[in-house]
Amino acid sequence: MASAVPSLIGVILATFLLSRALPGDPAVYFAGPAANAESVQQVRESLGLDKSLPEQLLLYVYDLGRGSLGQSLTTGQPVMDDLIQRLPASMELTFGALLVAIVIAVPMGVFAAARPNSIVDHVCRGTVTIAAAFPTFFVALLLVYVFYYLLGWAPQPLGRIDEIYYVAPDPVTGFYLVDTLIAGDVEGFRGSLAQLVLPAISLALFALAPIARMTRAAMLTALGSDFVRTAKANGLSGGKVLFGYAFRNALLSITNIMGMIFSFLLGSNVLIEQVFGWPGIGAYAVSAVIASDYAAVQGFILMMAVIYVLLNLVVDLLAGLIDPRVRFES
Amino acid sequence: MREPLLRVERLSLDFRTRDGRVKALQDVSFHIDKGEILGIVGESGSGKSVSAFAIMGLLESTAAIGGGSVHFAGADLLANNGAAMKAMRGREISMIFQSPRTALNPIRKVGRQIEDVLLRHGPVAKRDAKKKAIEALARVRIPDAERRYDAYPFELSGGMCQRVMIAMALACEPMLLIADEPTTGLDVTTQAVVMDLIREMVDETRMGALLITHDLGLAGEYCDRIVVMHAGHTVEDAPTEVLLAKAAHPYSAKLIAATPAAADEISQLASIPGGLPDLRRSDLPFCRFRDRCERRAEVCDAEPLPFAELAGDHLVRCWRPA
Amino acid sequence: MTLAAFAKDTRHAFTENPLTLVAFVIFTFLVICALIGPSVVPYDPLMTDSNARMMPPSAEHWFGTDQLGRDIFSRVIVAARLDLGMAVTAVAISFCLGTALGAIAGYRGGFVDQLIGRVFDTIMAFPLFVLAMGIVAALGNSVVNIIIATVIINLPFYGRYARAEVNVRRDAPYVEAARMGGNGSVRILTRHIVPNILPPMMVQASLNMGWAILNAAGLSFIGLGVRPPEAEWGIMVSEGASYIFSGEWWTFFFPGMALVLAVFCFNLLGDGLRDMIDPRRRT
Repeated sequence: MASAVPSLIGVILATFLLSRALPGDPAVYFAGPAANAESVQQVRESLGLDKSLPEQLLLYVYDLGRGSLGQSLTTGQPVMDDLIQRLPASMELTFGALLVAIVIAVPMGVFAAARPNSIVDHVCRGTVTIAAAFPTFFVALLLVYVFYYLLGWAPQPLGRIDEIYYVAPDPVTGFYLVDTLIAGDVEGFRGSLAQLVLPAISLALFALAPIARMTRAAMLTALGSDFVRTAKANGLSGGKVLFGYAFRNALLSITNIMGMIFSFLLGSNVLIEQVFGWPGIGAYAVSAVIASDYAAVQGFILMMAVIYVLLNLVVDLLAGLIDPRVRFES
Repeated sequence: MREPLLRVERLSLDFRTRDGRVKALQDVSFHIDKGEILGIVGESGSGKSVSAFAIMGLLESTAAIGGGSVHFAGADLLANNGAAMKAMRGREISMIFQSPRTALNPIRKVGRQIEDVLLRHGPVAKRDAKKKAIEALARVRIPDAERRYDAYPFELSGGMCQRVMIAMALACEPMLLIADEPTTGLDVTTQAVVMDLIREMVDETRMGALLITHDLGLAGEYCDRIVVMHAGHTVEDAPTEVLLAKAAHPYSAKLIAATPAAADEISQLASIPGGLPDLRRSDLPFCRFRDRCERRAEVCDAEPLPFAELAGDHLVRCWRPA
Repeated sequence: MTLAAFAKDTRHAFTENPLTLVAFVIFTFLVICALIGPSVVPYDPLMTDSNARMMPPSAEHWFGTDQLGRDIFSRVIVAARLDLGMAVTAVAISFCLGTALGAIAGYRGGFVDQLIGRVFDTIMAFPLFVLAMGIVAALGNSVVNIIIATVIINLPFYGRYARAEVNVRRDAPYVEAARMGGNGSVRILTRHIVPNILPPMMVQASLNMGWAILNAAGLSFIGLGVRPPEAEWGIMVSEGASYIFSGEWWTFFFPGMALVLAVFCFNLLGDGLRDMIDPRRRT
């Protein structure tokens, strides 16, 4: 908890400075490419850009406190509303990818560590090394080409659900997979799952390497540790030693790299949403960048950073659940 | 009344490494009776721990047993398969280690770790496990055992962790306890407490115990008999008082001279010149102490050295024993 | 480490892990492409040809042609200079700047340390690709700004490492001796401390190369940074993406594979280098 507050302050300060460090006149940026002299002047006054820098910062923080990130030029909506509306799509994709990555990479790492230098180990290592070299956006395109264009197994990569065949569920959580189930719409669930599979796999592929490598290294350390020797000397079964003792301890190191994994997943989201027409905040940010809609870009960056800080907080809490020593320290 | 529990006979063991075979054990023989503590003494690298791991069946995959036998309670352990050894470990033979704090699972309550052993070997039902685990803790004189059941290793002192490990090792009432440097890393007063506890447990349950230590003083105080190891050989085996009074092997004599209790002043403390020979050598001398020995003679290089009886209870591996 | 020992480790790394050798061959090939590519490719990478639009791979056009009839093979080869150039420049600057900042923070301690540490923490508080996006969006679309963004998001990796290493060495006996000998802080840092921490940081740098390439290409892919008609792998993939639904796979496939090859090569080199410098960490 204590680590999150300075991070948040730093993030707010950085996004503020970034916008004020724009070369030339920030007002021109915020007014967008279609603005004339009059509208630029308007924007300058509304943003308080004629005031001193500290005053501007106070104004910025005050606006944030009111939940305002400014107005988007392209949609005409408050940026905050735009982002909130699109956030669930991005989160569903991110967590879907995280799930895929963990389900594949963790067992790989465990099996590789259980038999180091075996065929399994080499195959795992080769797979993750190759996977790590593929840019996510390229993987996404390859998958679309193969599974949509060539094989026709995957649905058209245009959004979260095919609105011709299915009806988007009433938003409860904003996660289509959850909302369709709440509505009892099994077909809709299947439809949105089908849309999610390819983008989630594309996003997950790059995260395989760090998770699998960390799992393997942490498992090797744990398996070579004194307490595993004690467990073996007491005759505990292989499964108990591997999972109950070694894996539980390795889990701590695996949890610790989750922060890095999230940084990567949130960043790559932008690229993946672009390819799959996924209506999340990443796609929103890209169109904002292209339209020079700076308020939207700034709002997006801030929101991503806040989400990232919060996710790191969750990771810390998880680490405390796993390791009593962490709990003890805090 | 002597009742043999464990008999290791002419055990040889190599480690395969990139730079050749390390002849870690050769012709190692000793035995442990019920109700007796046998000490194995020697410097690091002499093969003490390897012998213990060989008995436990916990050798690394690079180890290859070249010959000999390990008989325990009538059965040949080396002939056992993995599953049989696994069932035996923790139930009939238990082992405790040095650095007790790292030898316990850091993220599991100590009580649960004892339960794991109890449940694995099945002498208790699941609902009785907690009660049994607390009993095991109380048996090794851990005060307030009920509360300590819920403690994590990092919340306990080193001495307390060692007691927990002993409780775990004795939970299933094994016939043999192997203690590998159990007091290393503990302060002196705690050492005595832990060793007193082991002695007490042996006397109480009539189990056998194997104490592995580099500290001859400690072994002299707590063991009934002592085996001295040097460079993978057992070089002397004698009842404690015999060994301390009339060490026959020059290495044992030097060990005694190097023990602080034996010397009156620090200046009299002897150090042993030279180091262990390189056990990867293909031309290891018959006597592996040869290069460090002051009593070396031609006979020493002439033929293989037997581990021979000097007196009834006293074995020595030397052509020219004192 | 003596030269002979290094040579032995190098040989060992090659024989133990033949992939390092493969990576080295790819690396040499990429460097040759970057150096002399533009003068040896069969076609001008910017030359359009309305008669040869969207040609599949053939003897004349090994990788086919794009929507403007440009030769994709030539464009992929020529792009090596820009893609590798951006990554190498960014990593080199980041390495130097990060090491300097980290070393100063670790050596000085106190307020300077806290300030620099806060800056690194703040950078790390962002998802890094998102921060890079923001920087390029703010500074404007150009190659230089891609490099600046990549430098900034790489800084904390070198900075934090250098800080920690310098901090533990600050009071080491040999540093104390140098100080007694009347050496100034700058001299102690540059002569006595930094050289000792360079090898592990070089490993980090080569591991970060692949990431820097992906980062720059990713920015170009979403339309930030390099602009058409420049030949750059990220943009080419992005341009080719539109033709995926009509089955013209070669437009995105070959530039994408060039990226894969480059990243793969640098990742393997990084692993190999780590084995050479620190054999204990071989995993």
